[in-house]
Amino acid sequence: MTRIIVVTSGKGGVGKTTTSAAFATGLALQGYKTAVIDFDVGLRNLDLIMGCERRVVYDFVNVIHNEASLNQALIRDKRIDNLFILPASQTRDKEALTIEGVKNVINELSESFDYVVCDSPAGIEHGAYMAMYFADEAIVVTNPEISSVRDSDRILGLLASKTKRVIEHRTPVKEYLLLTRYSPERVKNGEMLSIEDIQEILSIPIIGVIPESQSVLTASNQGIPVIINKNSRAGLAYNDCIGRFLGEDIDLRFVDTKKNGILSKLFRGR
Amino acid sequence: MGLFDYFHANRKSANVAKERLSILIARDHFHRNQPSFLSALQNELLEVIKKYVDIDHDDVVVSLDREEDCEILELNIALPEKGRYTSDPDSLDQKNKI
Repeated sequence: MTRIIVVTSGKGGVGKTTTSAAFATGLALQGYKTAVIDFDVGLRNLDLIMGCERRVVYDFVNVIHNEASLNQALIRDKRIDNLFILPASQTRDKEALTIEGVKNVINELSESFDYVVCDSPAGIEHGAYMAMYFADEAIVVTNPEISSVRDSDRILGLLASKTKRVIEHRTPVKEYLLLTRYSPERVKNGEMLSIEDIQEILSIPIIGVIPESQSVLTASNQGIPVIINKNSRAGLAYNDCIGRFLGEDIDLRFVDTKKNGILSKLFRGR
Repeated sequence: MGLFDYFHANRKSANVAKERLSILIARDHFHRNQPSFLSALQNELLEVIKKYVDIDHDDVVVSLDREEDCEILELNIALPEKGRYTSDPDSLDQKNKI
């Protein structure tokens, strides 16, 4: 049974695409055949983070409009055999996505894929709605910052009312909180909302905390999903998220300032 | 610098953020859970009241509260101070009769 995961947030710039790339890569590395779809039509960026921008020929909108087959548009990842990217169109606008069109693509992917990761655009308009509509699970990416938390709460409201599962009276979309750009030092100094503060406000289970890390920018510069970098705290934290998502019991790490041992010195800033 | 300022300056900004967020989200949820007809009801009431009294949109507040198994529709109309009643002669006559 194919599982559809939406990576969403409401607010822009919190790490949706970084997370989509990490999740899709992580699931593929675990042996699952995974496709990641860029729903940000007009502002295509997932291909850059995945490092396949020069291999884009056809896109999601071409497939929806029957201008190309799904197999023509899917890009096989250079590094991992069972990972595929469906890029967004750079020239069309979000209205080019229709429920019917998205449904056809997801149904076709469901014939052979284990996971489909939907990278949502920012905002609460049509594109974000299309990305979440078919979801079984939702990763709500949130920064420890007041406007991001508020927008995440808004998105949770939409997930609970506008998705196919809710409309069909099935069990609701499973929601997970993913905190990104977390800085334990700033939390300790009282300058940043803590994990507990945010969980208390949003009250959904947490799937992981990604520490603020220079390696995220480095990874994006190089077009290599950060989860591949085993020397990066962010990469390791994403890897833990995949384990938790697949049912393993893994403690959060890089979330407090106490452990000033060799490990944290080794990983400082990474 | 007064005592209040002293404590205010020393408050951790994360605590301020949490307090603001809690209030904000409670208010967002309140509005989200209101049935959709409430704003239409508010607008229609406003139109009717405007025929007689000069009031603004914000002077009519309609809200629905739940207490256990009972729903309470609360209607709050703030009438303006004297002199702001509408100048329509008919309605003025009515007011004088009262």
